[in-house]
Amino acid sequence: MADKPSWNLLLYVKLALFAAFFLMPVYVVLATSFKGVDEITLDRMWQLPSALNLSGYREAFAKLAPHLLNSILLAVPATVLSALLGSMNGYVLSKWQFKGSNLIFALMLFGMFIPYQSVLIPLIQFMQSIGLYNSIPGLVLVHVVYGLPICTLMFRNFYISIPKELLEAAQIDGNGFFGIYGRVILPLSISGFVVVCIWQFTSIWNEFLFAVTLTTQKQQPIMVALQNLSGSQIVHWNVQMAGALLAALPTVLIYIFLGRYFIQGLLAGSIKG
Amino acid sequence: MLLPSMVLIGIFVYGFIGRTGYVSMTDWNTLVRSDRFVGWDNYRFLFQDFRFQSDLRNTLFFTLLFIALTMFLGLTVARLVERKFPGEAFFRNVFIFPMALSFIVTGVVWQWILNPKTGINLLLERIGFDQTPDWFVSTRIIPAIPAGSIKFGLPLAVIAVVLAAVWQMAGFAMAMYLSGLRSISEDLREAARVDGATERQIFRLVILPQLKPITVSLVIVLAHVSLKIFDLIYAMTGPGAMFVTDVPGMYMFETTFRGNHYAQGAGIAMIMLVSIALFIVPYLFTQFRKEKI
Repeated sequence: MADKPSWNLLLYVKLALFAAFFLMPVYVVLATSFKGVDEITLDRMWQLPSALNLSGYREAFAKLAPHLLNSILLAVPATVLSALLGSMNGYVLSKWQFKGSNLIFALMLFGMFIPYQSVLIPLIQFMQSIGLYNSIPGLVLVHVVYGLPICTLMFRNFYISIPKELLEAAQIDGNGFFGIYGRVILPLSISGFVVVCIWQFTSIWNEFLFAVTLTTQKQQPIMVALQNLSGSQIVHWNVQMAGALLAALPTVLIYIFLGRYFIQGLLAGSIKG
Repeated sequence: MLLPSMVLIGIFVYGFIGRTGYVSMTDWNTLVRSDRFVGWDNYRFLFQDFRFQSDLRNTLFFTLLFIALTMFLGLTVARLVERKFPGEAFFRNVFIFPMALSFIVTGVVWQWILNPKTGINLLLERIGFDQTPDWFVSTRIIPAIPAGSIKFGLPLAVIAVVLAAVWQMAGFAMAMYLSGLRSISEDLREAARVDGATERQIFRLVILPQLKPITVSLVIVLAHVSLKIFDLIYAMTGPGAMFVTDVPGMYMFETTFRGNHYAQGAGIAMIMLVSIALFIVPYLFTQFRKEKI
């Protein structure tokens, strides 16, 4: 069936139509962001720029650079910490199961699905009381805590496939709880860490609700700054599109170069069999 | 080793939810904090409120359309890239890449694509449409049946937001379905073919039933995304005229942080939480029973 050329052609035509739908916003972003101010009238949206004009990028970068830095300072430590904690939790919950460990795991997992609005008011009061409101370290703490369920889930499922015999052999060699973790589990976890870190980095980079409610002005991460840029009436359209591209660039680059791991995370995060 | 995480989750998830639940039963609706207990007053207010009733209507239609279209598009493209052929990986990656983006980026870009004065409408005019849709600016509700203080029906503006959300999430549905499709053995299809089944019958009677667990998971995940949705609406349309694109997440944010109605905001948050817990808790329960996680 796959050999028939007419069938193949039809397949490619269908795929091209769908791809056009998915890539249309990319075209709009690229075409608009490279236009100069004189070219960004509404009726010329689909036209390519007459020349590559970088003024949109210059202005967007000048406005967003501090917030890009905020997001890096937020996402990198929060990713590393939540992955480490998730790995330890996953190790315990998969290899040292005890009575009630499944219940604890279920109670943790529920935290992954809650709408964060339902913790927001006490969370803000709490952050104010410990002096971390409106600070990047405060946001790091929040993302580590609320990232625990998903990281634990991913690592637990990852560790379940490590054979028991390996652990028993290590135990016979005289390794205890931590020895097994350090000598056996961690070295086998590299691809697990890659998947979890990519997932967490992307989620934290793209997160908005905590960012917009727990920080103001100079402390705001990139997505809040982008939203402010686009919500402002005086910012030109080419600057908005250039800003959208700059804000999306880190996660898009990760996707382009490490897409395989991103998709693994996508599937692992959706609790299926 | 597990203990620190358990304490953190205990406080930040369950403790804070309890606290939000309490706040929702106080009269803390000004900037000055109040702990005076008023029972269900805030909930009574919300369910009679024009804005909240609109939110419930919008969420209902958003959720139905969003889930149906995301799964349909996801399954359709998954079937197209199911077999390996030259360029298959490219198309697969194109369909999934919006998942790497923030809802904010999606909202910022799509508000221009669906802006009635430009974007898609320019293309529609070019191919000969005289009347182009108003997209998210439209205030029409079809059919507008009076119910409570609102008109019940599908607000057309919701369709515009659904389109952007589907664009973002269809790749996720595709990835899930693709992993399912590729795990169905060729023998099964071959056996059906030998029995004289047409390709359409094979899909309906052999493949779809095999994909059922994935469909269930997808509905759960997409439904909870939909009930929580906030950032996409915030970036793309805001509440809209007559609240045609408003959702509980948006209302909670505005009434709490712009209006200082903390107790009402807490009430909305609790309603969101309960609506999600109603299907997430049984789902987690059955998954554990099946030893699936």
